[in-house]
Amino acid sequence: MKPLLRFEAVTLRRGGRLLFEGLDLKLGPGEALHVTGPNGSGKTSLIRLAAGLLRAEAGRVERTAPALSDEALALDRELPLAKALRFWARLGGTAGKLDAAMAAMGLAHLADVPVRLLSSGQAKRATLARVAASGAKLWLLDEPLNGLDADGIGRLEALVERHRASGGAVVAASHGPLGGDWERLELGQGATA
Amino acid sequence: MIGPVIARDVRRALGGAAWLPVAFFLLVATLVPFAVGPDARLLERIGGGALWIAALTAALLPVERLVEPDRADGMLDQLALHGLTEEAVAVARIIAHWLTFAPLLLLAAVPGSVLLGLGAEGLRSSLAALAVGTPGLAALAVAVAALTAGLPRAGALAGILLLPLAVPLLIFGAAASGDGGSGALLLEAAVSLALCAGAPFAAGAAIRAGRT
Repeated sequence: MKPLLRFEAVTLRRGGRLLFEGLDLKLGPGEALHVTGPNGSGKTSLIRLAAGLLRAEAGRVERTAPALSDEALALDRELPLAKALRFWARLGGTAGKLDAAMAAMGLAHLADVPVRLLSSGQAKRATLARVAASGAKLWLLDEPLNGLDADGIGRLEALVERHRASGGAVVAASHGPLGGDWERLELGQGATA
Repeated sequence: MIGPVIARDVRRALGGAAWLPVAFFLLVATLVPFAVGPDARLLERIGGGALWIAALTAALLPVERLVEPDRADGMLDQLALHGLTEEAVAVARIIAHWLTFAPLLLLAAVPGSVLLGLGAEGLRSSLAALAVGTPGLAALAVAVAALTAGLPRAGALAGILLLPLAVPLLIFGAAASGDGGSGALLLEAAVSLALCAGAPFAAGAAIRAGRT
């Protein structure tokens, strides 16, 4: 079985500081990895490395096309939420999945609200809905719990559960506890998984 | 694949202040007669060049908004994740920028040429020179915007980068504005093409290098 994400002896240095060295990890269908560690330990960098947005100093990163939810909203502020999300769904050729994804994150009633009026929790739900609508096998979630209320966390956990059941994989970097069954990777202590 | 991206960029540019560079262009063109005096023969002789200086300074205005907002908002990251190369994003941005900048500029060149006392012949050659030069100018603006995105005082830095690089375009463009029959228009077209061909690679590399 081909893994959806594989790190082979990956070393990453940011701003002259060694974040991790010789990191190996492998994620197959149905698997989920919870990356933890103190501030500045390289959780976000690991996610961006897996997304292909950063390049490793040494080692190899192999992955299938991922979907990413991070602190950046990347939605046009002046558009209604549904239209702003549809731009991305069309680009990925998965416009048919958008309504279900918005409903799953509890955003259906906000479809006509301009993005600039969303609260931070609603904005986080929107980035998660974009991931859910993407059809990507590999989900990369950077601090997915930030700003989410209990209802939002429940919805996210249900989404992740369904995604794993359908053969997807998830990497989440988060301080908070994530519901369900996750493998754990702790950064910031000479980490090797 | 880049069709929807171009459509989005055009919509955002038109929703923003697309008229601002054009108003600036007309303003600069208006200042010239005040600065050099109302001598019609002198104005007609320098009119083509003055239009080009106005066009260059107007091209500088939107540079800060071309790439930086999308970089800061993660838009460029998401585009990469959706399978678009940074070069393709730059091409889309150049096309969208040209579409929202050049036609308005060409329209404004008509009253601009009247202000400078250019005759019908001068207007025709100026319009041709601007039409040929603006794609290169748009490409240069996007490349410089990508190079300076995220830097402090990016606006001033962009001016220092863009204006010298635009000098070949200015030389041949102004010459073609003055005399439409000379070979200057062809040389201007060559410069414009070279800028259009090179800018996406420079902008793409700059976007990649600017990621943190």
